[in-house]
Amino acid sequence: MKPMKLAALLTVIVTGGLLLFATSDLPDWGDPLSPANASDLSTYYIQDSRDVTEVPNLVTAVLADYRGYDTMFETVVIFVAGLGILSILGQGKCEEPLAQPVASEQNRERDMITIITCRLVVPIIQIFALYVIAHGHYSPGGGFQGGVMLGSSFILIALTSGLPDALKRMSQERAIFLAGLGVLIYAGTGLVCMALGRNFLDYEILHKLMGGTGVKARYDSMLIVEIGVAFTVMAIMFIIYAVLSSKGRMRGGL
Amino acid sequence: MDVFLDFLIAKFNYWIYVILMMIGLFAMIAKNNLIKKLVGMCIFQTAIILFYVSIGVKEDARIPILTGHEVPHGGHYHTEDHERPYIDAKTVTNPIPHVLMLTAIVVGVSTLGVALAIAQKVHLHYDSLEEDEILAKVQLGNND
Amino acid sequence: MIWSFDIIVLIFLVIAAVIALSVRDLLASSMVLGIYSFLICILWAEMGAVDVAFTEAAVGAGVSTVIMIATVFQTTRKSKD
Repeated sequence: MKPMKLAALLTVIVTGGLLLFATSDLPDWGDPLSPANASDLSTYYIQDSRDVTEVPNLVTAVLADYRGYDTMFETVVIFVAGLGILSILGQGKCEEPLAQPVASEQNRERDMITIITCRLVVPIIQIFALYVIAHGHYSPGGGFQGGVMLGSSFILIALTSGLPDALKRMSQERAIFLAGLGVLIYAGTGLVCMALGRNFLDYEILHKLMGGTGVKARYDSMLIVEIGVAFTVMAIMFIIYAVLSSKGRMRGGL
Repeated sequence: MDVFLDFLIAKFNYWIYVILMMIGLFAMIAKNNLIKKLVGMCIFQTAIILFYVSIGVKEDARIPILTGHEVPHGGHYHTEDHERPYIDAKTVTNPIPHVLMLTAIVVGVSTLGVALAIAQKVHLHYDSLEEDEILAKVQLGNND
Repeated sequence: MIWSFDIIVLIFLVIAAVIALSVRDLLASSMVLGIYSFLICILWAEMGAVDVAFTEAAVGAGVSTVIMIATVFQTTRKSKD
């Protein structure tokens, strides 16, 4: 055994032993009275957040409203990760396709049955993704999940009928534009709140623009920021796949 | 026997999380292949997310989506202003760890993408994903 | 929460993690990692974290497996350990 492996094994055994010893101090699994579960904060979210926001799904309410800053900067992190991948592996602006296609692409026989089936399936996936985004207030779902599903519908096109076909529908420029637009929608909602004299991402004041009550304004603006998140996640997921599956050349693909 | 079973149920989850975490850590340190290191990173990350989510578990609690039927025994809770349905916090799973970890998963896959891009770049330069071969080629390049 | 189900899935989880790290074929390794993600997704649904389970099913088991396979396809399939 190499010395590096031995050292790693030693580190892992010592750390794991200490952590296993520490588990005896943790509260029992599923204890409703453990410090984390009986805290005032989680009790407040469970008992009061529906009265304040009218959203039955507590996770969405906390994600998009109470912890709006957190979600916004997570979206920014995803955006920056997409740009990072493009700058690590991408080769700048995509030039016009080569006169003669790449050899691997030429020899590939694409199966007709998979192409036709996926053409039929992709619209269903996209409609379901839109449902997931729009229905996130009442059921599991929201911007992140719906965005990933929208992105994976484009990945499915790229897998079956080739990357160039998918890039025709969602080019690199368009994807970056959509990713930026998503962050802009999210941050813009916050800035509008600031312009109306409240704190950043304090949606309650938006009822002056949208009508209705403050509670309704919080409910609606949660949907707006989820749509922003979905744009960014969709575009970045597709960019990640497109860059990684073609070594940054943006043609050929799997 | 019952005492032992209760102890097992109470702590078994945490033991497995520690084991998974240590498997991931060992892979990140000791494995030679870069993709294997990333697999180890994924396992480490999911172990931590599992730990967080399991903090919020409550016995016999429902999922954190309210249906409007949480009022126990048809009773109402009289606050000073007016009566409103009273939700017992013990019957609903704690939503805070879910929120924290939901974003962490999506960010995790984008950072995995960045890591894979770097691995592809390394493969482009050194034509290998094995750590020792890359190190040998780096040292060869330095001697020239 | 159903503790017996929980314990069984957790044991499968450790087995999947060990297989994903010990197999020498990187394609098989990424596929086993997808299985691992689905097991975790089941575990979270069982713990009542439905949103997290949904995200893991879409992201961890779907997209991350696909991009991992894309990388293996573009680089090499063999691994020395």
